[in-house]
Amino acid sequence: MLNYILRRLLIAIPTLLILIVICFFLMYAAPGGPFTSERPLPPQVLANIQAKYGLDQPILVQMWNYLVSILTQFDFGPSFIYKDRDVNDIIAQGFPVTLTYGTISFVIATLVGVSLGVLAALKHNTALDYIAVGATFSAQALPNFVMAPILVIIFTWQLGWLPGGGWNGGQWQYVVMPVIALSTSYMASIARITRSSMLETLHSNFIRTAKAKGLPTRTIIWRHAMKPAMMPVVSYLGPAFVAMITGSVVIDMYFSTGGVGQSFVNSALNRDYAVMLGVTILYGTLTILFNLLTDVVYAWLDPKIRY
Amino acid sequence: MTKMPRFMIAALMASTMLAGPVLAAGTHPVTGEALADDQTFTYRVLDEHSSVDPQVVEDVSGSEIVRDLFEGLMNQDAEGNLVPGVATGFTTNDEKNVYTFTLRDNAKWSNGDPVTANDFVYAWKRLVDPALASPYAWFGELMSIENAAAIIAGEKPIDELGVTAIDDQTLEVRLSASLPYFPLMTTHASTFPSPQSVVEQFGDEWTKPGNIVSNGAYILTEHVPSERSVRERNPMYWDNDKTIIDKVVALVINDENAALTRYFAGELDRTEVPAGQFPKLKAEYPDEAISFPRLCSYYYTFNLSDTGPEAFKDVKVREALSLAVDRKIISENILAGGQPEAYTFTPGATAGFTIPDVPMAAMSQADRDAKAQALLAEAGYDASNPLKFTMLYNTSDDHQKIAVAMSQMWKQKLGVEATLANMEWKTFLDTRGNQDFEMARGAWCGDYNEASTFLDLLTTPSGYNDGKFTNARVDELMTQAKTSSDPQPLYTEVEQIIATEVPIIPVYHYAGVYMMDSDVGNWPVNNVEQNWYSKDLYKKAE
Amino acid sequence: MVHDMDRNTRIAERLVEAEQIKGRSLWQDAAARFVRNKAAVGATIVLIGVLLFTILGPYFAQWTNEEIDWGRMGDIAGQGGPSFETGHFFGLDEVGRDLFARTIQATQTSLIVGVIGALVAVIIGTLYGAVSGFVGGWVDNLMMRAVDILIAVPYMFIIILLMVMFERSFFMLFVGIGIVSWLDMSRIVRGQTLSLKNREFIEAAQAAGVGWFTIVTRHILPNLMGVVVVYATLLVPQMILVESFISFLGLGVQEPNTSLGALISKGAGTIIYGTIWQLAWPLVFFLLTIISLFFIGDGLRDALDPKDR
Repeated sequence: MLNYILRRLLIAIPTLLILIVICFFLMYAAPGGPFTSERPLPPQVLANIQAKYGLDQPILVQMWNYLVSILTQFDFGPSFIYKDRDVNDIIAQGFPVTLTYGTISFVIATLVGVSLGVLAALKHNTALDYIAVGATFSAQALPNFVMAPILVIIFTWQLGWLPGGGWNGGQWQYVVMPVIALSTSYMASIARITRSSMLETLHSNFIRTAKAKGLPTRTIIWRHAMKPAMMPVVSYLGPAFVAMITGSVVIDMYFSTGGVGQSFVNSALNRDYAVMLGVTILYGTLTILFNLLTDVVYAWLDPKIRY
Repeated sequence: MTKMPRFMIAALMASTMLAGPVLAAGTHPVTGEALADDQTFTYRVLDEHSSVDPQVVEDVSGSEIVRDLFEGLMNQDAEGNLVPGVATGFTTNDEKNVYTFTLRDNAKWSNGDPVTANDFVYAWKRLVDPALASPYAWFGELMSIENAAAIIAGEKPIDELGVTAIDDQTLEVRLSASLPYFPLMTTHASTFPSPQSVVEQFGDEWTKPGNIVSNGAYILTEHVPSERSVRERNPMYWDNDKTIIDKVVALVINDENAALTRYFAGELDRTEVPAGQFPKLKAEYPDEAISFPRLCSYYYTFNLSDTGPEAFKDVKVREALSLAVDRKIISENILAGGQPEAYTFTPGATAGFTIPDVPMAAMSQADRDAKAQALLAEAGYDASNPLKFTMLYNTSDDHQKIAVAMSQMWKQKLGVEATLANMEWKTFLDTRGNQDFEMARGAWCGDYNEASTFLDLLTTPSGYNDGKFTNARVDELMTQAKTSSDPQPLYTEVEQIIATEVPIIPVYHYAGVYMMDSDVGNWPVNNVEQNWYSKDLYKKAE
Repeated sequence: MVHDMDRNTRIAERLVEAEQIKGRSLWQDAAARFVRNKAAVGATIVLIGVLLFTILGPYFAQWTNEEIDWGRMGDIAGQGGPSFETGHFFGLDEVGRDLFARTIQATQTSLIVGVIGALVAVIIGTLYGAVSGFVGGWVDNLMMRAVDILIAVPYMFIIILLMVMFERSFFMLFVGIGIVSWLDMSRIVRGQTLSLKNREFIEAAQAAGVGWFTIVTRHILPNLMGVVVVYATLLVPQMILVESFISFLGLGVQEPNTSLGALISKGAGTIIYGTIWQLAWPLVFFLLTIISLFFIGDGLRDALDPKDR
């Protein structure tokens, strides 16, 4: 296993390289650049800016310089739009924010989602099942851009309990609404995947055998059904965790959290190349790491799995 | 908390004040109004600002912060008139190409160092320095400072810029052309001084709170990107005694509806009113909903270049389309924020400019529609051969509403089939800039308060003339206007040419439409450029 | 009476079982099980109702989806509410257009987008994931790292490039949606396959010399159906929302046409202005659609579950 993990970590390097190369070409192929604006800059001014950032170099040279500065100085370059900051700054400030509300959301969504799902499966087609299913609907029916304004209207305007936005270093009052808005739809998805997977497992032959042997239900669930039933949930949770800790653009923008989630959309809309690359590498690295972790968890859930 | 209880509290307090002694923190030195204990002004900004470095900043919200943190040679008052800043005054020669500013001797940086003429020399050289590569370097060129263009082009060393510190209190600027309105330009953020020693000590990090040293009424104390920035009273500021607001907080809130909800919750003192909501808010909160004219124009441009459609080469088609747009509906029903209807390009709020009479403005909408139908028929379009084209706009709810209304007006009145196409901003700019469109949305805000900032856009050499309209007479008139002592007749003629040639469809002129807490005093509603200074504001006691 | 009904269902169940014993095809089996599932049948009826609404609704609409009610557009909060008198059964949108006609058109668009998006995900994602998981080794590694890269690549640029390179069309919208929709599906399917391929029946098939492709299609895929169907129904609302993002960039649905995602997001923005119907109606249809799809998915899952046989 250790061998396998090391191998996967080694493969991560060329994977990230390919990702960077693809990004470079996509960025340069897209119309407009960081300095395209309503009032086009005079050519000489534009030339100076491009020279300053090395954007006048051939794309391969730019790529090379970019890689060298990452590897030698861990410098991901400046922001072309927010000129007081560089990419390291932006991620160092924004990632802890999304990591905080993302992790809390993840824990809540997973705990509640899995419990609801298991419960619904055990009480299949009973009132409890319908309540659980109904709860997941109401969560899923309200996309976060509907949920967010409703939360602010209720908790900020009408009740005056929570601040309507901001982060304030992660004080709990500022974290509540982002967590509610982010966790609900994931919670619903987790519950539904758990429910269907658990149902399937409960119907499988080995559980029937266990039941036939007269084992108590609790033992059957925890000893035998839980692990195989968690396989698809874990598959879902890997990418979901990465998506949650890197934040949601809707939540970051609506609640002004200053999180890194909005950078994914804003940097692309602004053609803020270095920020775009920076957050893409962040996302790519996390994706690779957590998909590796998922594979390790697979092997734990089902010891027969060999890579 | 809704606003109603707050009003009741205010009313209660007013009545107790009549009976008992005044317990407020103080009164305003001029108006005598009671001042609030907490002098914090909190306002909403749409986006994170680009920078607080005076020579680097390029966006409106950044400039607002820079105007508080730094002070230039001259300031504007609430009406937009020029008032002394760091300079107590200036003199100029007969040709108006050399200006000498006298600096006050008590101006200080927030670290206690005196502000000298050298700080301006350093800043202005910095502005045009190719190494800094300021996006506003062109402003140095626009100011016609001697050698600015050559320095930007890298043809001359920066030391040859036409600006000299005669002594600590005297700054001399030499221009390459006669520029009567030069002092007006020194209120622009890119001309503000920067502290050489600090910039050199911290490099790119100098604008971070803790590092930054500034000479304005405030210092930057906190900045959480995309969340908030806070600036607080600068005790070293020469006119600190007159500053009333202690603390200014800018909250970044992208969604205007979210911002309004938070305004209602009492978290903000100022926010923008979304399109269409002003009348209702004005009725409910008459003291808080305000609207005033701005220096911006909203229009659609025809692509008149070779790549443009044949149909638009016919002036009858262009005029018909312009006539059939019912500006009143757009202004009153869609925007509803007091935006003036536009039949000419330059906004009426522009200093020294009167909107000229054009025939369309005087007609009733029914007459306009009749004339539009006749013109389009003359041009050879009818039900069997309808005029078809695509109108391009950048993605935004408000642009979409206006485009939808315009296309429906054309469809119902003229049988014209306009296809709507939206694009994300940068793709839109690229497409429009490459004349890869048929009709496209445009908007223009004045760089300075003078009609040429608008009308230059429609001259042949203008880099902003995306419709590629060319008219020799317009070019000639605009060249004349640059040196004319009374350019209004020239501008009138240009507007009249635009009205007959119809290269663009003017739709409306902007208005600033805000919800402004009624305890904010002295907001400069008459400053059409909206150059406001927190030091001039105050909060009344409720 | 109750007793009778109970008995009847039991008899029906036995009949079904009896018929199963007679050896019906897998699909007939599944269909019978699906019909027995009340929730699934109810959901199917609701979904058919929604479909009928989008087909028949236009015959009742007094306005088209693009006409502006000029007389009322100036006071939408006051006069633009749902009303039979004005002919605006669902009220007016922000510009004064008939929300009834717009909701119908939006529901059509979003249903197509959601279902096709999910189908693409099911087909590509399932095949890709199953092959990757079953073949394993370096092939698996290669295929999954490709997915990692695709998940991380800035999606927005791909959409913008599609928009610049091709004419905007419904087809390009599906291409845009299809590019992302299958990625998570492939990971889930792969995970399941990894576990399935060590089961006795697969090992037996391998021992019997059955080719890998046949094993994947005949033995692996049927066993994946449950999780695939459930995940596909989760994808439908996601795809409906992705569409509004693609349209924001300019590739998707263009005004005067619209979609549920666009209507909901606009409606959500204006809830504080007293025009709640602008959110409520599109949200109701969004809800009806995803809820019925969920129950249908669940019914299908139960019906297709091979272990239930």
